[in-house]
Amino acid sequence: MTYVIEGSTGPWEIVVGLEVHCQVISESKLFSGASTKFGNDPNTNVSLVDAAMPGMLPVVNAACVRQAVKTGLGLKAKINKESVFARKNYFYADLPQGYQISQFDKPIVGEGTIILDMPDGSTKAVGIERLHLEQDAGKSMHDQDPKYSHIDLNRSGVALMEIVSMPDIRTPEEAGAYLTKLRAIVRYLGTCDGNMNEGSMRCDANVSVRRPGEPFGTRCEIKNVNSIRFVMQAIEIEAKRQVEVIEGGGEIVQETRLYDQRLGETRSMRSKEMAHDYRYFPDPDLLPLVFDDAFISEIEKELPELPDEKKARFMRENGLSAYDAGVLVAEKEKADYYEVVAKGRDGKLAANWVITNLFGALNKAEVGIADSPVSAENLGKLIDLISDDTISGRIAKDVFEIMIETGGDPEKIVEEKGLKQITDTGAIETAIDEVIAANPDKVEEIRAGKDKMLGWFVGQVMKSTGGKANPGMVNKMLRDKILG
Amino acid sequence: MTDLTNLTLAEARDGLAKGDYTSVELTEAHLKSMEAHRNLNAYITETPEKAIEMAKASDAKRAKGEAGKMEGLPIAIKDLFCTEGVQTTAASHILEGFKPEYESTVTRNLFDNGAVMLGKANLDEFAMGSSNTSSYYGNVINPWKGKDGKDLVPGGSSGGSAAAVAANMALAATGTDTGGSIRQPASYCGIVGLKPTYGRCSRWGIVAFASSLDQAGPMTKTVRDAAIMLGSMAGHDAKDSTSAPMAVPDFEAALTGDIRGMKIGIPKEYRVDGMPEEISKLWDDGVAMLRYAGAEVVDVSLPHTKYALGTYYIVAPAEASSNLARYDGLRYGQRVMDEGDSLDDMYMKSRAAGFGKEVQRRIMIGTYVLSAGYYDAYYNKALKVRRRIYEDFANAFGSVDTILAPTAPSAAFAIGENEGDPVKMYLNDVFTVPASLAGLPGLSLPTGLSSEGLPLGLQLIGKPFDEETVLRVGGVLESAANFTAKPSGLEG
Amino acid sequence: MSSLDKETVRRIAYLSRINVSEEGLSELAGDLTRILDFVEELQEVDVEGCDPLTSVADLTLPLRKDEVTDGNIQQKVLSNAPMTDAGCFVVPKVVE
Ligand SMILES: [Mg+2]
Ligand SMILES: [Zn+2]
Repeated sequence: MTYVIEGSTGPWEIVVGLEVHCQVISESKLFSGASTKFGNDPNTNVSLVDAAMPGMLPVVNAACVRQAVKTGLGLKAKINKESVFARKNYFYADLPQGYQISQFDKPIVGEGTIILDMPDGSTKAVGIERLHLEQDAGKSMHDQDPKYSHIDLNRSGVALMEIVSMPDIRTPEEAGAYLTKLRAIVRYLGTCDGNMNEGSMRCDANVSVRRPGEPFGTRCEIKNVNSIRFVMQAIEIEAKRQVEVIEGGGEIVQETRLYDQRLGETRSMRSKEMAHDYRYFPDPDLLPLVFDDAFISEIEKELPELPDEKKARFMRENGLSAYDAGVLVAEKEKADYYEVVAKGRDGKLAANWVITNLFGALNKAEVGIADSPVSAENLGKLIDLISDDTISGRIAKDVFEIMIETGGDPEKIVEEKGLKQITDTGAIETAIDEVIAANPDKVEEIRAGKDKMLGWFVGQVMKSTGGKANPGMVNKMLRDKILG
Repeated sequence: MTDLTNLTLAEARDGLAKGDYTSVELTEAHLKSMEAHRNLNAYITETPEKAIEMAKASDAKRAKGEAGKMEGLPIAIKDLFCTEGVQTTAASHILEGFKPEYESTVTRNLFDNGAVMLGKANLDEFAMGSSNTSSYYGNVINPWKGKDGKDLVPGGSSGGSAAAVAANMALAATGTDTGGSIRQPASYCGIVGLKPTYGRCSRWGIVAFASSLDQAGPMTKTVRDAAIMLGSMAGHDAKDSTSAPMAVPDFEAALTGDIRGMKIGIPKEYRVDGMPEEISKLWDDGVAMLRYAGAEVVDVSLPHTKYALGTYYIVAPAEASSNLARYDGLRYGQRVMDEGDSLDDMYMKSRAAGFGKEVQRRIMIGTYVLSAGYYDAYYNKALKVRRRIYEDFANAFGSVDTILAPTAPSAAFAIGENEGDPVKMYLNDVFTVPASLAGLPGLSLPTGLSSEGLPLGLQLIGKPFDEETVLRVGGVLESAANFTAKPSGLEG
Repeated sequence: MSSLDKETVRRIAYLSRINVSEEGLSELAGDLTRILDFVEELQEVDVEGCDPLTSVADLTLPLRKDEVTDGNIQQKVLSNAPMTDAGCFVVPKVVE
């Protein structure tokens, strides 16, 4: 799939790398015993360490280390058995220590790969450069007072995994697919809840443009975009801006920019980074983080089946298309749901019902899978009712609609509404005879060779039986009676 | 009753145990001495009410038979240790008025063991200095006087602690040593100072100067006192990731007085060009005393000694530049802010007004050596040389049990001397810095007097976590040297 | 050898967030140059194949258990602050 920006002087290719900050799921902070809970009163989930009181020292949370390793394994990445925490020095109101404890030249996780599932069913590999652990900053609030900003340190010190991609992304869609896949992986792993609008997953995009095949251009970093859609928009808008600048005879300056989704533009944040020089150096309050192969393989054993493996299995075992399998594994909850529905049933039929009917209805109602009114067990039962000819596929659609509305059990709905299929030959024969008797001219047409008219008769019989007649039986019996 | 402030820590401990006096009496005597010697400016904050309250509680504890190892013993706390509810300044304007809501691990350990706090001792600002002339709260005056009667520096950075002990204003004091800040003032004030192995005492709650070097230790009148006090200060602390998970030995039990057959290393590189004759002689005398006591004296080589100071003056400021970034006028301490100021204005004004000259210099040097383009040439290079220095000691300790060297290149100098040129001041640390860089224990004790009648110290450097050997040899040297001179500046 | 000019000192002072007057810059340039000259001798040390020594602590990094053991001390966190409001630290307005 090629994507180019048509400039006035010819086509341009975009080059994108993403840096994603994922908030690690843990009870307490990376370097202190304060809670990571969200939404408490300001400065309550704060220890003296998080507030950088004189003489306070960091102690690393083992669970955060495990989560980082687990995520690294999920990204098929190299786990570094020795990594180093380093200080990134800069002054900011929500950075109490005057430095962020991060990792610099020795991150806990090295190179890995993410496979993107594109909407057309194709895949693309994007390289992961590194994953490192670091602490989050606090929060500055600017709208409480005209002259002052308020600082809340509740988030200060919460563990983040910064996951940096290679500059392998070439279209806004790929950027979207990358974030979707990364979110799926961390959610499967249970290492981050992946919630972008609550800030537990935040994305910076490095964007540059170049003539196809030429070396990389100068990049700009768009900071802190908070939804996948906005990331895609921001990349497109920023790339177009760069093309305009270059074609207008200008030059791209490496800088940090902000995406304003309201105005649909990116803006320079240069004021903020005046004379930055982070002066990274190993944090002398901490020692190198060292673990052995046993530690890694212990975590390896806890790894769940990840989206790529699940997708392959759905294709292999259930005969699903790459597209359908990709849709189902995009969220673990969806895949889990599907697996319950498909268990002991026709996998393709199950996929069809889940993707077309259920997801369709949920999308329309703007409801997530977790809040689906139709349980996987009930959807399975509905499929059983079709398979054992209790109801027809058409009736099943009506039943499903009732299930979406009421959350009811399909067996009960069929029972109560009397929707059971008529398989009694006598009853069907009576209905057929009535239709034949009422339409002698059409019977003649069929006998004269107009086969297609048979379908019209089937429809009439179904109609007169309220759709409950077994369509196969109707078809066969009509054929026998008319063409006999 | 004899003057209770003349007692050593061990004597006071035993006297309290025998019921010769109470902790309240002992404490009151020291409070009186503090008042009498206020001209020395050894304390930034005196805490007499708290001291009496602690002493009373201690006497009550003792009455119930629950005496700890430091029960009832009044001491001074270097004002670098955060003490709950008591102003902690690090001798800086920027922390003026700061009252920690927490107790440092070391002071907590001491108080849990029964120690009584008399007050917070003066120091060089943020422990950066060798003369105690950089304190925002004024210079400390050495209780010793030279022949010309001029006021002398007590050394630094633990100058207030050293002066307080030397002038009997505390039975003992806590100090911290980053490049010599316990040993050098101990030498200048004629007392004993022990910098333990890095990791022996928790750094939690001590205002950080250079995290990879800072180490708390005792400053006392005798080697035995140092052993007693270290036993109460030391111990593993899960709140400090660099704290060693090791048991605390009975340091006092190490003072057997027997060093026969022990090997004492004499590093030839410490015999620097231009070493004053009296320092050379002091060292030679020390060697002779140990040999007489049955030790074997061995020449060792520490070839990178010459580079230790340069290494230190890159590593320590680099760490300090980052450690001191938290003093930004936001969450505690002094803030300078005028109408219409931006956040940056507030930072820059608060830090300009809050930090003294030497601290500013070190922050800036540290910022420079870590900055883009200079990291490798300065900081990383210094870390590599630091390894060479570390290896030098490891090699030397392959053949000796402890190393003997002078503590400082001179006796205490006059206040005002060595000012104006930062580097000249740095040279005071030339003999103490190498052991700091290697994280090794170092004990300074007074063994002689200069021609001016001022105390001079020798130091014993030990293997990692072998404070016991250092104390044992120190005890023998102390007996042999029989240093009994008293500060000349306290008369009248 | 390495001599710091005023502009460099100005930049270092800004990175350090310390206000320095114009005269102060010149004086500092002198002092800092003097210190750098002093540490210059390290350049002659052969450190070929030598790893930087970042800590003398002969340990690996201890890890703590993931438990909430701290926090809920808002008053202690704020008690020394020069300026607070509504449970927050207060600073001059930060323009983003
Ligand atoms: Mg980044
Ligand atoms: Zn980051």
